[in-house]
Amino acid sequence: MSGSLTVRVQRYRPEEDDAPWWQSFEVPWSEDTSVLDALNHIKDVEDGSLSYRWSCRMAICGSCGLMVNDEPRLGCKTFLRHYADADEIVLRPLENLAVERDLVSDIDPMLAHIETVQPWLQREQADPQGTGEYLQTPGQMARYESFSHCINCGLCYAACPQFGRNPDFLGPAALTLAQRYNLDSRDEGRDSRMPFLNGEDGVWSCTFVGYCSDVCPKDVDPAAAINQGKVASNVNYAVNLFRLLRGGDDA
Amino acid sequence: MDIQHSDVDIVIVGGGGAGLRAAIAAAEHAPELRIALLSKVYPMRSHTVAAEGGCAGVVQDHDSHFDHFVDTVSGGDWLCDQDVVDYFVEHATEENLRLEHWGCPWSRKPDGRVNVRAFGGMKIERTWFAADRTGFHILHTLFQTSLNYPSIQRHDEFFCTDLLVDEGRCVGVQAIDMREGHHMCLRAGAVILATGGAGRVYRYNTNGGIVTGDGMAMAWRQGVPLRDMEFVQYHPTGLPGSGILITEACRGEGGLLLNADGYRYLQDYGLGPETPPGSPRTKYMELGPRDRLSQAFWHEARAGRVLKTRRGEAVQLDLRHLGEARINERLPFIRELASAYVGVDPVTEPIPVRPTAHYTMGGIQTDIHTATPLPGLFAVGECASIGLHGANRLGSNSLAELSVFGRVAGEQAASHARAAGVPDAAVLREQVEHNAAGWEALREADGDESLAAIRDALGESMERGAGIFRSGEELATTCATLAELRLRYQSLGLTDRSRVFNTEWLNAIELGCQLDVASAMARAAQGREESRGSHQRLDATARDDQRFLCHSLVRRADNGHATVDWQPVVITRLPPGERHYGKAGEAPALEKRA
Repeated sequence: MSGSLTVRVQRYRPEEDDAPWWQSFEVPWSEDTSVLDALNHIKDVEDGSLSYRWSCRMAICGSCGLMVNDEPRLGCKTFLRHYADADEIVLRPLENLAVERDLVSDIDPMLAHIETVQPWLQREQADPQGTGEYLQTPGQMARYESFSHCINCGLCYAACPQFGRNPDFLGPAALTLAQRYNLDSRDEGRDSRMPFLNGEDGVWSCTFVGYCSDVCPKDVDPAAAINQGKVASNVNYAVNLFRLLRGGDDA
Repeated sequence: MDIQHSDVDIVIVGGGGAGLRAAIAAAEHAPELRIALLSKVYPMRSHTVAAEGGCAGVVQDHDSHFDHFVDTVSGGDWLCDQDVVDYFVEHATEENLRLEHWGCPWSRKPDGRVNVRAFGGMKIERTWFAADRTGFHILHTLFQTSLNYPSIQRHDEFFCTDLLVDEGRCVGVQAIDMREGHHMCLRAGAVILATGGAGRVYRYNTNGGIVTGDGMAMAWRQGVPLRDMEFVQYHPTGLPGSGILITEACRGEGGLLLNADGYRYLQDYGLGPETPPGSPRTKYMELGPRDRLSQAFWHEARAGRVLKTRRGEAVQLDLRHLGEARINERLPFIRELASAYVGVDPVTEPIPVRPTAHYTMGGIQTDIHTATPLPGLFAVGECASIGLHGANRLGSNSLAELSVFGRVAGEQAASHARAAGVPDAAVLREQVEHNAAGWEALREADGDESLAAIRDALGESMERGAGIFRSGEELATTCATLAELRLRYQSLGLTDRSRVFNTEWLNAIELGCQLDVASAMARAAQGREESRGSHQRLDATARDDQRFLCHSLVRRADNGHATVDWQPVVITRLPPGERHYGKAGEAPALEKRA
């Protein structure tokens, strides 16, 4: 299985270009050729000035997210053979994020949102050194484990129409990470995360399109995490309301 | 030239496991200090992320620090500094527990306690794991935990180019802000290099594109010795073609290695007798150490007993007898990788695998406190040679090393920075401008040599001359080729003159680092006229303790060439003995000496 394919790449160099423009390359492929391999081929032999991010080439570092024929994908886990029947393959930087250059997107907004939800294990008492592990059964771990597989590639932000409209929306990866810690039996930080989850840019902004889960290359299912977050948010609201009505000072 | 200057107390270069652990340790040890964490990628992209199988730490009742010590020292063919190994085995478990307390989702036993698995060269199961994404989870746990320390200021996508030295002391670093393309000078009381390994100098490797030996080269250019650089680990199971890592945990869980005839060939290489499928036995067969397994493949390939696939020669890693449920529980990422990159479902088919370059045992020389010979400069993790791994690292020792010595580096650097203070800006101005001018000239390079051609020739030459087996003759050829490539590098031609995210320019800087590091590797391999651990010489097949029970130190001479000399190994309580695995390893001699 082999052939050659037209790869059309969106270029944008802020120092020289007023607007993005398109450049096409004819790229030879074999069964194993990934979109990342194609980009490396272009950079090595066609045009050394093409910029994009990559590292691990095994779908775990999360660097090489981009739009492939309008779909958010990891370059290293997308193969040219699947586009053999298409006229061309079109590569753009991730949707909904600003372009820094060529295929390099500004992912800082996503990282800022991740930081907002305080994604670290919180305990009333600090690290109890000298003691053993916090016990956690495989069943307890299963409640959050798949939500801990996020590689921060940003594909879900490129897929999310809500984030596209409102960049302040915390978005799929951040909300999933919040849920990952909230569901962890070792964590006691739920109360400090709830204001962000309940806030106007939290779970209730999600309109449950679910495209984030479709494009996730690690099957994290952020849509499910957010939906669970909505349930938790409702419970949290009900509990607080109950405490308020009861007039207790433990609210 | 517009160069931004800034003052901090500690600069950490590299945001992988070692750099993040050091940053947290420094922040906890000295909350008043300003810590700058520089990385050429966002920290969670660092190559720690790709470690799969596990992280060592004694935890079972019938295990002991001494057992871990013996496995590590004999696994390293007695080239480990034994005081360092002692410190390491005594602190690995507490660091794994700390990661647990920070949220790392270690795989559990039904009672809720942390589980451990068998690993190559380890006599007793002591490898903690998070399925087969252990490095990923450690890295993300450390990154997320680091967000809770306001004194850690991240500089993501800052490419460190130089160490700044004044009056024999490291006083900061110079870097390129990748988004703007500007040079930046960061003055500091202490600098920690945590820049990772250099596996990309080989054509076929398990490493990410970023693993280019930058920190090693920066230290080397300041006269800091690189130690034990001849010891490069070939991981026995990478995917043919791409080199993508297929974890040793496959064998820890019971996976079998078969040659083209379906025969478990390891029994012919001192690792037998054959253990029954489904009953893996530690230090036997597939659970032998990585150097021996990679060498066995080389012999099988020479004898024509390997598969010829369209991706190259391979043997078969058979997991089928583990069953789908076990594979999904313990090795889900391996199933994903095999399916995506070679179209094989390990539930129904063996995975084709072959040895590929994986890990640099050597690195920047440090003492047991992670201090390099250059005052103010510390180094930790794969970029460093603290003396832990000797001539062959055992799988799962390097992830634990990141935490154990990352903490040490953070604390040591914090103490040093408190005492040293930040140097005056004026003394560095000339040095910084000189460095920047050099990098600017590279950006404008208009020669006729191609970056990709030099990089590929480098990789091929290292495979040929400095691979699993070496010879004086082939090493001489590789050294000559490297010298020629360094000359060609002087005539490099780049096409991109821009500043913003100019990855061609950055790749060229990386290639310069790779050429320096490869030269140090080849030069050290030439000097070591014996066979030990991962360094096997066809023209000197025996270990020679008389001449070479010592570390190699490669230094940069004023003319840019490498000189080699030697440093004694620290031996405290396990005198040199023979390395045995399989049945031969049961010999009581070793136990008695211990």
